[in-house]
Amino acid sequence: MTQLPRWADVVLVPLISLLLAGAISAIVIWAIGESPWQALKTMVDGAVGSAYGWGYTLYYATSFIFTGLAVTVAFHASLFNIGGEGQAQLGGLGVALVCLALPWPHWTLALPAAMIGGALFGAAWAAIPAYLQARRGSHIVITTIMFNYIAAALIIYMLVSVLKPVGQMDPATARFPAGTHLPTLHEIPGFNLIFTKQVPANVSLFVALFACWLIWILLWRTRLGYEIRAFGRSEPAAKYAGISPFRVTMYAMLISGALAGLMSINNVMGESGRLVQNSAEGAGFIGIAVALMGRNHPIGVFLAAILFGFLYQGGAELGLWTSIPIELRTVVQGLVILFTGALDHMVRMFLGQFFRPRPLGVA
Amino acid sequence: MDYATLLQILDSTLRLATPLLLACLAGLFSERSGIFDIGLEGKMLMAAMCTGAAAYLSGSVWVGVLAGIAGSMVLAAIHGLASITFRGNQLISGVALNFIASGITVLAAQSLFRQGGRTPPLSGDARFNPIELPFAESAHAIPIIGPFYAEVLSGHTILVYIGLLCVPLTWWALFRTRFGLRLRAVGENPASVDTAGVSVIRLRFAAVAITGILCGLAGAYMAAGLQAGFGKEMTAGRGYIALAALIFAKWRPWYALMATLLFGFFQALALRPDVITRLFHFSIPVPALDAMPYILTVVVLAGFVGRAIPPRAGGEPYVKER
Amino acid sequence: MAATGTTSGRQDTAAPEGKAPAIELRGVSKAFGPVQANKDISIRVMPGTIHGIIGENGAGKSTLMSILYGFYKADAGEIFINGQKTDIPDSQAAIRAGIGMVFQHFKLVQNFTVLENVILGAEDGALLRPSLAKARRVLKELAKEYGLDVDPDEVIEELSVGHQQRVEILKALYRHADILILDEPTGVLTPDEADHLFRILRGLKEQGKTIILITHKLREIMEITDTVSVMRRGEMTATVKTAETDPEQLAELMVGRKVLLNVPKGPANPGRVILEVENLRVVDEDKVERVKGISFTIREGEIFGIAGVAGNGQSELLAVLGGIMPATGSIRLNGKDLDLTGRHSDGQSRRARGIAHVPEDRQHLGMIMDFTAWENMAFGYHNDPAYQKNALLMNNAAILEDSQGKMERFDVRPPIPTLAAKNFSGGNQQKIILAREIERNPDLLLVGQPTRGVDIGAIEFIHKRIVELRDAGKAVLLVSVELAEIMSLSDRIAVMFDGRIMGERMPEDTDERALGLLMAGVGGEGA
Repeated sequence: MTQLPRWADVVLVPLISLLLAGAISAIVIWAIGESPWQALKTMVDGAVGSAYGWGYTLYYATSFIFTGLAVTVAFHASLFNIGGEGQAQLGGLGVALVCLALPWPHWTLALPAAMIGGALFGAAWAAIPAYLQARRGSHIVITTIMFNYIAAALIIYMLVSVLKPVGQMDPATARFPAGTHLPTLHEIPGFNLIFTKQVPANVSLFVALFACWLIWILLWRTRLGYEIRAFGRSEPAAKYAGISPFRVTMYAMLISGALAGLMSINNVMGESGRLVQNSAEGAGFIGIAVALMGRNHPIGVFLAAILFGFLYQGGAELGLWTSIPIELRTVVQGLVILFTGALDHMVRMFLGQFFRPRPLGVA
Repeated sequence: MDYATLLQILDSTLRLATPLLLACLAGLFSERSGIFDIGLEGKMLMAAMCTGAAAYLSGSVWVGVLAGIAGSMVLAAIHGLASITFRGNQLISGVALNFIASGITVLAAQSLFRQGGRTPPLSGDARFNPIELPFAESAHAIPIIGPFYAEVLSGHTILVYIGLLCVPLTWWALFRTRFGLRLRAVGENPASVDTAGVSVIRLRFAAVAITGILCGLAGAYMAAGLQAGFGKEMTAGRGYIALAALIFAKWRPWYALMATLLFGFFQALALRPDVITRLFHFSIPVPALDAMPYILTVVVLAGFVGRAIPPRAGGEPYVKER
Repeated sequence: MAATGTTSGRQDTAAPEGKAPAIELRGVSKAFGPVQANKDISIRVMPGTIHGIIGENGAGKSTLMSILYGFYKADAGEIFINGQKTDIPDSQAAIRAGIGMVFQHFKLVQNFTVLENVILGAEDGALLRPSLAKARRVLKELAKEYGLDVDPDEVIEELSVGHQQRVEILKALYRHADILILDEPTGVLTPDEADHLFRILRGLKEQGKTIILITHKLREIMEITDTVSVMRRGEMTATVKTAETDPEQLAELMVGRKVLLNVPKGPANPGRVILEVENLRVVDEDKVERVKGISFTIREGEIFGIAGVAGNGQSELLAVLGGIMPATGSIRLNGKDLDLTGRHSDGQSRRARGIAHVPEDRQHLGMIMDFTAWENMAFGYHNDPAYQKNALLMNNAAILEDSQGKMERFDVRPPIPTLAAKNFSGGNQQKIILAREIERNPDLLLVGQPTRGVDIGAIEFIHKRIVELRDAGKAVLLVSVELAEIMSLSDRIAVMFDGRIMGERMPEDTDERALGLLMAGVGGEGA
């Protein structure tokens, strides 16, 4: 296969994949008797046409940054973590337990504690599949899928039988104390000039951005990141260099799980203020699409998360203002994963025709 | 627990195990050929929607079944294209197709019927109706076996019996036919098949197609047998339970029957928490029963109870080498 | 290599009147990208003979046979089977033409029975039962006829390697193969098993089958073949009657008279012992013993060369010393034991003890091709305190600067540390690895195939650097399949064959022919 220039690989391949996904989505919209153009316009207006729309887009993007980074870190170690959803659910449990444990006086104290809770629970949920992969060779894809379902069952049990306050009907925890309320963009001085209405996007966004930077540092500036990337590219070479496969697998998955768990400060703590069933709402899975689309780089993940935030908010708008069901966004998500993750050879082969083979040796 | 309650639970076990069984056997064909398929869920869902819609529109359940199989086959074809032709990542392809199915089924059902992503309820010939096995009525008189025959075995829809029949059929195809021999070989060592002058690609596509057909039946049963019509996300993770059953069964047909019956039994029990409470004098939380198939599968995967060794060439695209 | 004369041996094997060769190749060529694996190969194999094809690893033997079996398509040339021009686009066509192939790595389904493996692809109908019954009958006959005894109901993974090979032969015979190609058949066999195989092959020949035996072992060629063709660097250099040649001549034809590389090198000044290896045994993941109890020592200021055909245990020896594989026995470095199985048997611990390792397979082991040159310069040494900014962060700027210097000193072209490793030529990739390992100033340098796929200019440079390290009083363990390289660099030479050291020689007391014989397992004092 022709080797593509780096810029084409980084920019063109995801772009073409996105266009293909977009084109097929347009055909789908047209097939169900709606106007693709109108749909796009509604989405753009609703998601990025106003500060209010951005407030939602950024709220979704915050979650997707965390889960996208989670998948990215595992991918760099050549591990496919489909368990982001379960790890995020467990992270939600961790966040909820922390928030409910004390009558927190102020969010600045509650947030770091909740972050630790969420990250620990998420990491713990990734630890077992990681250990089984590293020591017993159990396929991590299958075990993480199983753990998603076990997590869902565990959360239901906790909500119904343990954490539900007496007298409450719906399976959810009690409301978190007021001191855990995270300021939304509307409540932050300066930002409230832009976001004049109440929006769900909150300070977690800045934590997410910080996490992007931190993961970039981790992957490209630390020894562990170096080992993760080397191990992911070639396990035999990693062994030659004295890099322990067990150590790398464990650390990569623990960090991945922690990141997935961390997303719960956005939705559980920041938005709903209590833990409900299925709190992650599929964000763990969207992380796969975000990581693939973002080429496993924090900057790419950030951009892809914004894109998917747009897709989610825009999709919701479609559900409100048109007769296109909100599930369109799931289709787009699947198409993006298909083209960027499974059919990328096809896209590359197609692009390869436009690039002359590059001389391999530079010398 | 009295005998009547047990029979009730066993009856629903069989009903609930059928879609798991069909999907599990579907996955068996694909994975035995070396193509991992975590997209069973999506294919079932797609088939359920197509069946629900076509059966309602045509009034014939069989037209519905054909449509269901067709819908499932489209996804199978894409999976084959991605993982066999373009040597893409089989796992990612499966994940992607599950999402696509999850979304597109609602889109299609909504645009066809405008009932919130459902298909209209099926009745009469648009649905599978229970079949009374011969002598079911009179068998009641025989103690123990009689009621078992009448209550548990008799009175299911045709697909339940087809599903059961698929078990020996799969076993026979796999271990007694040329196709089965080659299929098993291509999943273990594709080079052995290639050097014998048999096309690896054609074999694998054939396997993926069979997976499509069986998932189609599983989905059809969901929409026109277990329930009356398609509803959003109606498979509710059954594709993944089937996948778990497949691992639990170590990729063998008779074990698959046992695994799916076991997991169906958990589902049936989860519907009757009162029975457990009466039986054990304490309540097993329903979620624990729901999680049981997954926990058991992890235990098996970890190799604590007899190691599950997947087909050796599973997940690897075949590249000819010397 | 074009200078090497092509001694066509057609006259030697000229067909008796009226009898067409079982196989004739005319002008077959095959290139993989820039690598010419087969160059204008012509050969005639007479029916009812055992025809040997001998050559070093990478001489193009396997490629040629893969073309014959329809695995690759030749770029040019024609194939004649029994005098008929035949196209072999795929394996099916080869099977139809009566060609059976026993690959070096068996193509058996491990959890199938012998019978199932035999009928796979050659079934007699949609149902297995009749096919299996027929195969059982045929196998019984074949067993009687050729001494090919295998329990038809045994599962392959339960069989010894020798028996698995018999199944491969049975597979070919079951498909009515008249021409049987065996690729390095004895590589995995015990001497007893090999003897048995040869008895089978002779039996097959007596029944009129034609056999092509691909090997690098001279002894086997002499023992069993009627005719032998020698391949070197993709070319067929000679075809001779076995009876009219001797191992010395073949060894020379096989290795070729290579231009002795002139390495400016003073006499060695061996000092105290650096490395002591005693009774080292290595068993690989498939439970095959690869190194069978070897012992040797290396002193400071000395290059110890290990010659041998690839696959005779040298790679495993390097892997153990480099901390990649576990082993039993004992290794002492500077008088202190090395951990061979425990927590301190990994590559990091080896580096900490002063062992540097230039691996044989630079693309899969020595570097990460997608990493930049500077990232690769730190590979294995990424924990070096000099490369850290503080407890948490690596000092990429320091690595970059260090790399820049190393690349310049080792004349890596282009000297751009930010370029990805895969964009450098093979020689420059090798220089990057050498720079990384040699500039660590190790007590012991392990070097595997230092100049494989490296251009002439770089070869000289690489050799010079290795000698310089020796002159600085360090110990060097050199493993190479290039005899010329071993001869010109080493201060002491050991030859490995079948996991053992066949003998040690001083370069001034030996020549390539003598070493070639040892490499082929002929003579020697070690066992």
